[in-house]
Amino acid sequence: MKRFLPWIALLALTSVPMWLKDPYLLNAFVTTGIFIVAAMSLNLLLGYTGQLSLGHVAFFGIGAYTSALVSLGFDVELVGGFRVIHEPWPVWLGFIMAILVSGLCGYIVGKLSFRVRGAYFVIVTISFAEVVRLVALNWVELTQGPLALTSIPPMALGLPGLGYFEFFSKQSNFYLVLGVVALSYVIISRLVNSRIGRAMVALKENESLAVSVGIDVTRYLVLAAVVSAGIAGAAGSLYAHYLKIIDPDVFLFLYTVTMVIMVISGGKGTLAGPIVGGLIFGFIPVVARSFAAPEIQWILYGLFMILIVFVLPQGIVPAIEKWFGVGEEPGVPGAAAAKIQDAR
Amino acid sequence: MLEISDLVCCYGKVEAIKGISLSIKQGQLVALIGANGAGKSTTLRSISGILPASSGRVVLEGQDITRCSAREILARGIAHCPEGRRVFPDMTVEENLDMGAYLRRDSAEVAEDRDRVLTQFPRLAERRSQVAGTLSGGEQQMLAIGRAIMSKPKLMMFDEPSLGLAPNIVEQVFEIIDGIRKSGTTILMVEQNAYAALDMCDYAYLMEAGSIVLSGRGSELIDDKHIREAYLGG
Repeated sequence: MKRFLPWIALLALTSVPMWLKDPYLLNAFVTTGIFIVAAMSLNLLLGYTGQLSLGHVAFFGIGAYTSALVSLGFDVELVGGFRVIHEPWPVWLGFIMAILVSGLCGYIVGKLSFRVRGAYFVIVTISFAEVVRLVALNWVELTQGPLALTSIPPMALGLPGLGYFEFFSKQSNFYLVLGVVALSYVIISRLVNSRIGRAMVALKENESLAVSVGIDVTRYLVLAAVVSAGIAGAAGSLYAHYLKIIDPDVFLFLYTVTMVIMVISGGKGTLAGPIVGGLIFGFIPVVARSFAAPEIQWILYGLFMILIVFVLPQGIVPAIEKWFGVGEEPGVPGAAAAKIQDAR
Repeated sequence: MLEISDLVCCYGKVEAIKGISLSIKQGQLVALIGANGAGKSTTLRSISGILPASSGRVVLEGQDITRCSAREILARGIAHCPEGRRVFPDMTVEENLDMGAYLRRDSAEVAEDRDRVLTQFPRLAERRSQVAGTLSGGEQQMLAIGRAIMSKPKLMMFDEPSLGLAPNIVEQVFEIIDGIRKSGTTILMVEQNAYAALDMCDYAYLMEAGSIVLSGRGSELIDDKHIREAYLGG
């Protein structure tokens, strides 16, 4: 049953644009979907290796800016009168560049900060996000600073000569984002169910023991950071080409917090956690807006969050698995329950 | 088989091991005894490469492994059963055993070895799909030993295998270790329970404040005046 659940969910979501015609709700689905991708990438680090990246929005924003700049083109003067001129590239190349550049940043941040653990990684990631935000704000020649990058073209797929498909409508963007969510899900589930994923979980559970069974801890942490940053970059790219305008506010700490909330409430270290958490916290503001005043909306958001943390400290997905026994291994009653209890 | 000469290890600026030398011969069970903080665990951590040595040499079967990483040292045949939290609590018994074979690529043989370990430890076989965190202390120690066996080591190092276990379980654990020795694996064991360690070992070293102060055959050390007074209760 558990094996088919992701497919059933995918099928159900595929049908959404067919019966949902309200553009406002479709828009909510698309933006929520983009943040779900970002939350899934954060979950790889936070849930599977136990490292908290509190500057995760940096990779998201770098992806957004990279993708936008690659597809818009730019002309900047570097030191000594040296000019870099970039002609606009097709948008899908911008998407790939976003993944590569964000992944590279993940590599650098990981290499620098995983010499030490815990608090240091948190601090390095926060500062990294802040530095990148200041660069985006002040390097006006490249990023337009607070004036924002505008007229970003929509995502387009295809090859020259074969014609392009532009993701302009909300429906097409819905399927695009759904596709990226599904692809990220497959990549992450493949990764965590492999030898590498085993190693990541092992080092989260007991690092010194992981070293003693021969796991190169730093290497796997950096690898997780690269994959995680790359996926966050993909989410950023989707964001830029969907909204068609980005400014340095994409680096706001608030977005990182949103991702953390989605991961923790849904259940960190579970594949479905960020999706469930993301859908809930992506739609609370949307639903609340229909009946509550703005200040009440955020109070509801906060109350709901506190409620989840108190009632389901493990997150929603592990709690559901516990109730329905979905996660239990056949023939070993209570294994899942014991597992949840033991993880504390 | 293993030769350690003038090994020095530091935590920051503090020298935890002040230049020790010891040697272990093929097939021996060597015990390292001493009080808390004498540097016994540090010695093991240094041999297995978790804590790099500041100076000195560690030579395994004629090859210098002092500067090797923990991974290479394990691949060369030294397995380390650390003290305290001995298992991966959220993984099942089988997954824990497989982690021990993490560096091995021969998956068919790994599966055979896993079955052999499970036949050796029936308690673990009964709980093969249970998460390790729910096992009792003794079962966890057996699992840790089983996991170390899975890496097919030439030398197994045990850090305080009896720590925190009920007396009857301690006896079982020592019997298992003795069995491993009889099967031909060389063993280096750190143990606070000096009497048990001296009773079963071939050779023993006594550490005090980062140095080796005494060494000899286990039966000789049991009769040593200093050891009797300080470690065996008169």
